[in-house]
Amino acid sequence: MQNQSNNFIALSEVAVQDKTMRSAVVFGTGNASTRRLASMYAAGEAHGEGLRQQGAEAKRRALRKLPELLELAESNLTANGVTVLWASDAAEANAHVRDIAKKHGLKKAIKVKSMLSEEIGLNGALESAGIEVVETDLGEWIVQLSGDHPSHVIAPIIHKTKASIRDLFVERFGMTPTDDAAEMVAFAREKLRAEFLSADMGISGGNFIIAESGTLCLVTNEGNGRLCTSLPDVHVAVVGIEKIVETFEDYATLTQTLTRSGTGQLLTVYTQMINGPRRPNEMDGPRQVYVILVDNGRSDIYATEYAAVLACVRCGACQNVCPVYRSTGGHAYGWVYGGPIGAVLTPLLTGIENASPLPYASSLCGACKAACPVDIDLPKMLLDLRRDVVEHGKNGRIWDVGIKVWALGNRSQTLFKLGGIAARLGQKVIGQRLPEPLAGWTKYRDFPEFAPKSFHQRWAERKKGTS
Amino acid sequence: MSLPIRESPISKPVSLFVTCIVDIIYPDTGMSVVEVLEHLGIEVDFPMAQTCCGQPAFNSGYRDEAKSVAKQFLKAFEGAQIIVTPSGSCAALIRHDYPTLFADEPDWEVKAKRAAAITWEFSEYLVDGLGVTDLGARLSEKRTIALHDACHGLRLLKLKSQARALLSKVENAELTDLTECDMCCGFGGLFAIKMADVSGAMLERKVGFIEASSAQDIITGDASCLMQMNGGLTRQKSTKRVRHLADILAEGLKK
Repeated sequence: MQNQSNNFIALSEVAVQDKTMRSAVVFGTGNASTRRLASMYAAGEAHGEGLRQQGAEAKRRALRKLPELLELAESNLTANGVTVLWASDAAEANAHVRDIAKKHGLKKAIKVKSMLSEEIGLNGALESAGIEVVETDLGEWIVQLSGDHPSHVIAPIIHKTKASIRDLFVERFGMTPTDDAAEMVAFAREKLRAEFLSADMGISGGNFIIAESGTLCLVTNEGNGRLCTSLPDVHVAVVGIEKIVETFEDYATLTQTLTRSGTGQLLTVYTQMINGPRRPNEMDGPRQVYVILVDNGRSDIYATEYAAVLACVRCGACQNVCPVYRSTGGHAYGWVYGGPIGAVLTPLLTGIENASPLPYASSLCGACKAACPVDIDLPKMLLDLRRDVVEHGKNGRIWDVGIKVWALGNRSQTLFKLGGIAARLGQKVIGQRLPEPLAGWTKYRDFPEFAPKSFHQRWAERKKGTS
Repeated sequence: MSLPIRESPISKPVSLFVTCIVDIIYPDTGMSVVEVLEHLGIEVDFPMAQTCCGQPAFNSGYRDEAKSVAKQFLKAFEGAQIIVTPSGSCAALIRHDYPTLFADEPDWEVKAKRAAAITWEFSEYLVDGLGVTDLGARLSEKRTIALHDACHGLRLLKLKSQARALLSKVENAELTDLTECDMCCGFGGLFAIKMADVSGAMLERKVGFIEASSAQDIITGDASCLMQMNGGLTRQKSTKRVRHLADILAEGLKK
């Protein structure tokens, strides 16, 4: 997907004016956060925190042992009858999928939601090769029908209203207009059934791969995960290399903290553990299962101080609590991932020069870290990325100069005092008409008056007994 | 990441770090802090060489500039036994980031670690440090108040119960709720001007909840948040205001 992240400031200025979208996002994220808190801490604060730390430790260990676990996973997946392929980047991953389709003469793919597939642009690559791709997650299907992009890691159309979906169905399919959600879902279900039954290839992502058993794990709510991975003869999974966990116990903790953190469910409606293609004595299941382990910049991150971000389980909890995300929606971030995780991953995966504003798209409130089920220190990473942006000279001259001037004025009390006097005098002249880049303040708020006497002066007078 | 454990500040004199915003915009708040501390019999001094903790530079990614200003702080507070500051965000920077900021300069790292080990935010100093919640404060008439939990203090220093404990003991102060009291007001330092439209949107939501609250005054522990919220409230011609915790406590101590 084309990266527009350097336009964040302009995109966000437009986004915050879209009251309908903001209202939809606030509603969806608010519900999810409420449910997350209720389910994660259902057995008390200490228990919930304990679960988080248990999951965080499982991911930390998996990342520490990643090279070894990847080999173990490959070995066990293969022993289970899965064909394991490796892709260093998007092009290689997409080429693998095209080759698989060609090899088996496949013409139509049904897809389970996969953020990685968004990242690598899989749909477009397949369509260029003449393979039809149909998204089957309801939200992703709607995204596909409207030529849009998902705006949240687990709720692709959190930015849309029911009314806009109704209008889409009416316009595209001539659906009899209704505002009843159940009716609209039933309509979509019927349409999707036809797609499920006419496809010859199933494509999914992967939430976890358990290394010790070679098991591919998926969490879904709609049943499309089951249909896509068992109906067609060929199932292809594209999975980021960071999705490996060591043991079943690790997976058991994480699949529960993922679902609680994402939707507030103790488990999703469908929890799949795929241990290979159909066995000789089995009646259904795909005859071929491929797992493509995709790097696409992850091993580069692994070698840096930001390695811990690879623990992310893509639950969306950080997006749900982020006041910035809730004000702008996900599209303003300009790429696949928005919100706090997007502000960190986008510069790391696409290059800091392609996403320089994103580390600054945060007030550093810390809500994301508190919500993250694997305890990623996103605020610290944002601060470190800001340092990186400055070191790359990408923050803008006005800030480079401005901060130097400010630092000069704060290095000594004398200069600080002079600065204060200048500010007080200056305010008498310019009032609320602040110079750039400070003018952004008065766009939305009044600027306070500088006090006639600073605290320093008041203290000095107090000591002299003259206050 | 755990913070350095602090010794008890009981019986020790306090060096006040008033913060740059309080110094030049809200000096009354600094005075309120002094009044509260002196009411408790604490000896307060004010190192005149202080300017700022360096947070604007640190948060913007300018580590060298942050260090140069932080050094000024460390020099100013060289002889301090206890540092108290009416700002959760400044206290968090000193406690959380000063030690690692100077990791490559051993002489300064020692000073930074010492500062981190003796710095207290105002409300935690009173409640956790001194064990005081009841100041004997009394407002002249009944007032309904609510708290806004300033982010850095809340999440980095775990400040939440302290201010509530102090206010619950103020006679005539009735505590009520503020919806999304722990959601960011949108200040975020230079974020407020760099990402002005997002900051404005966050402020809009916050102001809406302040207006909807039955509280007449909103109390918070950070003057920066105060600046953001009051800037929005006056722009919307609201009669409600956000006040610093120190100010309402000092008001309650006036005879």
